[in-house]
Amino acid sequence: MTLAEKILAAHSGKKRVSPGEFITVRVDLVMANDITAPIAIREFERLGTDAVFDPQRVVMVTDHNVPAKDILAAENAKLLRDFAHQHGLVYLDGGEFGIEHVVLPEQGLVLPGDVVVGADSHTCTYGALGSFATGMGSTDIACAMATGEIWMKVPPTIKFVYHGRAKKWVTAKDLILYTIGDIGVDGALYAAMEFWGEAIAELSMDGRFTMANMAIEAGAKVGLFRTDEKTVEYVKSRARRPYQVYEPDEDSQYSKVVEYDVSLIEPQVAFPHLPSNTRGISEVGEVRIDQAVIGSCTNGRLEDLRLAAQVLRGRKVHPEVRCLIIPGSQEVYLQALREGLAEVFVQAGATVTMPTCGPCGGFHMGVLAPGERCIATTNRNFVGRMGSPKSEVYLANPAIAAASAILGRIGGPEEVMG
Amino acid sequence: MKLKGKVHKYGANVDTDVIIPGVYLTLTDPGELAKHCMEGIDSEFAQKVGKGDIIVAGTNFGCGSSREHAPIAIKASGISCVIAMSFARIFFRNAINIGLPLLECPQAAEESEAGDTLEVELSSGEIRNITQGKKFQAEPYPDFMLELISAGGLIEHTKRILKARRSG
Repeated sequence: MTLAEKILAAHSGKKRVSPGEFITVRVDLVMANDITAPIAIREFERLGTDAVFDPQRVVMVTDHNVPAKDILAAENAKLLRDFAHQHGLVYLDGGEFGIEHVVLPEQGLVLPGDVVVGADSHTCTYGALGSFATGMGSTDIACAMATGEIWMKVPPTIKFVYHGRAKKWVTAKDLILYTIGDIGVDGALYAAMEFWGEAIAELSMDGRFTMANMAIEAGAKVGLFRTDEKTVEYVKSRARRPYQVYEPDEDSQYSKVVEYDVSLIEPQVAFPHLPSNTRGISEVGEVRIDQAVIGSCTNGRLEDLRLAAQVLRGRKVHPEVRCLIIPGSQEVYLQALREGLAEVFVQAGATVTMPTCGPCGGFHMGVLAPGERCIATTNRNFVGRMGSPKSEVYLANPAIAAASAILGRIGGPEEVMG
Repeated sequence: MKLKGKVHKYGANVDTDVIIPGVYLTLTDPGELAKHCMEGIDSEFAQKVGKGDIIVAGTNFGCGSSREHAPIAIKASGISCVIAMSFARIFFRNAINIGLPLLECPQAAEESEAGDTLEVELSSGEIRNITQGKKFQAEPYPDFMLELISAGGLIEHTKRILKARRSG
């Protein structure tokens, strides 16, 4: 069995499961945020039960519209907070913690071998830990909160193997953008992605979270990494409960095997309006920008901020560009302060904000006007994603975004660092 | 159940951000969400959609975010069903859960044009294009999904699980 099948079999009380099979799966953690929880709570209340299956395994996070951007957002956050307190759930306030997919792993709430369902499509981020984590809508989450289980169709698994060594400035973001560019936004529709190869073993945990985060952008149900010593080291001091590591079998049946030589990949930029619309940085041409956003559940971790700081240190953001830097969590923010990164950003003329999903989804704090262009380290560049339907979003890694902020047009770090 | 309405046609990869832009996600009322349905790609949609109308689209309809606001907005706008070449998986679950019928039928999606009148028999998956005089057959739902739908949807299905646990 593949890693996905191994975890699903163990959570459904079966010896083996096969792609296409419908199963009922026991979940280790259920999550909702300030966008999805209000509808989930409404549906939960229709179930006629007054308790969740296990309050310590239901997590509520405010992070999308925090700090509350208007009265409706404040009402939604209050509804979530009141529900969480009434039921004794794990409540993570955006102001105290940060963006859900950065915070849940940091807090040791998600562990290897878990099945996690979250009312947010980027729940697949936890695949970096070897957790079968997938996004669902509010009604599914309401039912999982009540019962501790959910139905699933066992996905086929596609194996992705990344050979070789990445060039300078080529990051996990570039590997996943390149992959989506190759297979398309529905290239892994309904499937599990399983990541292999020496370039994957080389990635830090921060990099693995970035890659797993964008599995949904290829239509996948999960993007799974095998648990290795880096994973164990990451969870060692964080885990609050025991966990089980699963390994794919040697005779696993993959629906497809895709192989890449990463030494041939250059930093990638996804042009509007699909994450699959990728080009190598050398093929970008002249694209002027109005805004650069560095952060989000994709690239808001310490390694990302260090990379941006490396490029911005001692340099100035272009006078016609607004550069927003958003640490993914307060833990990341604090470390960025300790390392002097925040000072580098402010001196470069960038704005450092509290952790929030704000600009990424066009919610608040960095919304685009018609005709404006933004380079962002986020995960989606759909029409109107960050504001006006007449604005444009280009996706890239933090070094490219930082260099572009300095140049006033999309370009690589070599151009500013010599 | 028979559905009948005019076609509103879109291409591939219609994402949930264009179905209901992020700025409206503080809304939870279906009627309010419907006012902004499809605003990202078709700003006139809310004005021109008629009760029973049908959205026809290409591959990977509903890709992107998990926002249940998307199928809720479509349903509340008056759309009776969505026919596409394929659907993104989270959107598929959400639509079934809130009672918005989806039909996967590449041929009907390709050949139907905006403004055509379609008639859909949900139980058999038969799609008739009245304007063009053509007939298509959608992919049948798996048995498991049919049971879920006939149980009255996921909420009713879950109520039964909870009841069985209480009495068990």
